[in-house]
Amino acid sequence: MKTIIKNCKLFDSDKTEVYIADGKFAEAFPENEADEVIDAKGNTVFPGLVDMHVHLREPGYEYRETIATGTAAAARGGFTAVCCMPNTLPVCDNAAVVSGILKKAAEAGNCRVYPIGAATKEIEDTELAEIGLMKEAGIVAVSDDGKPIPTAGMMRKVLEYASDFDIPVLNHCEEKSMGTGAMNEGEVSTSIGIRGCSTAAEDIMISRDIILAEYLDVPVHICHVSTKGGVRMIRDAKARGVKVTAETCPHYFTLTDKSCETYDTNFKMHPPLRTEEHRLAIIEGIKDGTIDCIVTDHAPHHQDEKEVEFSHANNGIVGLESSFALSYTYLVKTGVISIEKLMDLMCYNPSKILKLGRGGMAVGDDADLTIMDLDHEFTFEKDKMLTKGRNTPFDGWKLYGETQLTIMGGKKTYEKLC
Amino acid sequence: MGLKSKDLLGMKQLTPEEIMEILDTAKTMKLVISSANKKTSHLQGKSVVTLFYENSTRTRLSFELASKYMGSASANISATGSSVAKGESLLDTARTIDMMGTDIIIMRHPQSGAPHSIANKIKASVVNAGDGMNEHPTQALLDMLTMYERFDTFEGKNIAICGDVYHSRVVRSNAIGLAKLGAKVSVYGPRTMMPIGIEKMGVRVASSVADCVKDADAVMGLRVQLERQKSSLFPSVAEYAKFYAITPEMLKLAKPDAFLMHPGPCNHGVELPTAVYDCDQSVINEQVTNGVAVRMAVLYLLMARRNNL
Ligand SMILES: [Zn+2]
Ligand SMILES: [Zn+2]
Repeated sequence: MKTIIKNCKLFDSDKTEVYIADGKFAEAFPENEADEVIDAKGNTVFPGLVDMHVHLREPGYEYRETIATGTAAAARGGFTAVCCMPNTLPVCDNAAVVSGILKKAAEAGNCRVYPIGAATKEIEDTELAEIGLMKEAGIVAVSDDGKPIPTAGMMRKVLEYASDFDIPVLNHCEEKSMGTGAMNEGEVSTSIGIRGCSTAAEDIMISRDIILAEYLDVPVHICHVSTKGGVRMIRDAKARGVKVTAETCPHYFTLTDKSCETYDTNFKMHPPLRTEEHRLAIIEGIKDGTIDCIVTDHAPHHQDEKEVEFSHANNGIVGLESSFALSYTYLVKTGVISIEKLMDLMCYNPSKILKLGRGGMAVGDDADLTIMDLDHEFTFEKDKMLTKGRNTPFDGWKLYGETQLTIMGGKKTYEKLC
Repeated sequence: MGLKSKDLLGMKQLTPEEIMEILDTAKTMKLVISSANKKTSHLQGKSVVTLFYENSTRTRLSFELASKYMGSASANISATGSSVAKGESLLDTARTIDMMGTDIIIMRHPQSGAPHSIANKIKASVVNAGDGMNEHPTQALLDMLTMYERFDTFEGKNIAICGDVYHSRVVRSNAIGLAKLGAKVSVYGPRTMMPIGIEKMGVRVASSVADCVKDADAVMGLRVQLERQKSSLFPSVAEYAKFYAITPEMLKLAKPDAFLMHPGPCNHGVELPTAVYDCDQSVINEQVTNGVAVRMAVLYLLMARRNNL
């Protein structure tokens, strides 16, 4: 199978054509040898995007999302690789569940799926999960995401043991003894009478994890950073050589807790949306490289879990299909970062942190790419999403960077029907 | 005439003019309550349902009498002994009540924002009778009516509110309403019960009960729930009563003609010594009458809006 994409722009070079043969990027060949010639209509080619933090919900919560629907959404968002969190039912804390996920992902064929194993059995924080056996089955990291690893003692053991297998540890940072509010603690939560969740609760655990990583000289990755204090501590730690990496999500640089004023549960997630001061600090952290990755924390929920009282509603929003457009519109088009830097955040850095080997576009590399329309504004519509979830706060937003085509291993995984 | 919005969800939505219209209407309604024949036809042919997910004899009875005095058909649903207890969702329950032709749903719910989450999905008017820690607008309106009967204007008046500010929807609604009419609100309570950012709602956070009450035109005590002690928000009732109660000595720091209010029910001897509750300055019993009057006014003005449309 040979494909030529012509009339395109490569995001980082002057090339206008891409050649694919047998699932790999190839040297140029004559058009009459091609099985398919795709006219990219002047749109921009990027390496396939990588999202190192999604919740695909399968096994156990197929009414929210399946591996097939979640990866279809990923492809529509321009992703060719996603890493799925282990808080499924059963929890992905053993090799059998890991293999099951990989099998389902291969059957769906929409996107490469790299499972993340639980750090502790049942994500219950009492015993280590079988990290070595899970690695043999295919995990690329461990995390108890959905929950923090609550005690410093257990976090230390996870960091130490995982380092024997060269497995990164990703932690959801939230000191639960500080209270489990439904939104950011501050002026808005006080005004609308919702229990708050403080930035201090996130900062305390980020500082703990940095201290442990420094003390043990092992890597640690901070999930979904949302606070100014978190950015500052990670920046300082990196400057002294601590092996800390960090991610944030598009909602933390596009929204604030003001949006919760109407009790719309599509603005409810953990960590919660913070104030403008924190939003700006996240953007600063993205700009100066403190934050390594943009992830979605894609968290589909059923309508019945969201159309309830704010405090009762589940945490989380879907994000795979809006992530690139939000990041491009709010970070690149506004001049905060370059398009090359955006590719670090959405492809090269997550690939490097988890050693996925993605993002290459040289001859012989897997032909993973996505083509984006950067020039025309489009309206993001929730009813067009391929995820089962409808819990997006971005319905109706006018954005740039609509996916036109996604190819994974030489095969089309998403094609916009005009 | 009438309110701008279909619902009364909180003081946040009301303009100063709407608040004054409610208070002026309530003054008229008070005449009805004190008359021999407590009957008007303002709500004749209308149906009013109270939907309470939290127990409250006082507020519920107050709304019920208000709607009955104005001639409406009314029904009550409480969270026990109905489909509510069987796990039917709030939205489903509200839609069912709505489809039965209900004009007004009066709702109390332990979750902030619960009435907001149904209001825009049903035709009936929703009156918030207390939602979690958010608002209790008719309580603030009755407090304001009680003040209005004694003040010629709210402008520049000092209102002191002491107690568990964090969990109090009464404080939030009063702070918002009083600020809209130009009064100056001071609050005080244990720091563990003082929500972050409360000063952004236009209130002054005082440094002691004395500082809060000093030169006040009206003083309001708040109920402190004794179970808060178990969650380490204060160490003991004795200590609370000593450092945070409005004692007779404290009340002397207020203006000579200041009066004392409390939304009730009161923990005697905790936030207020019994001597204070019963003192000459106390208008707590009058607040109860004003509650019915204000609720009559609100129900009437919501229906008046409908008739204008
Ligand atoms: Zn998380
Ligand atoms: Zn997550």
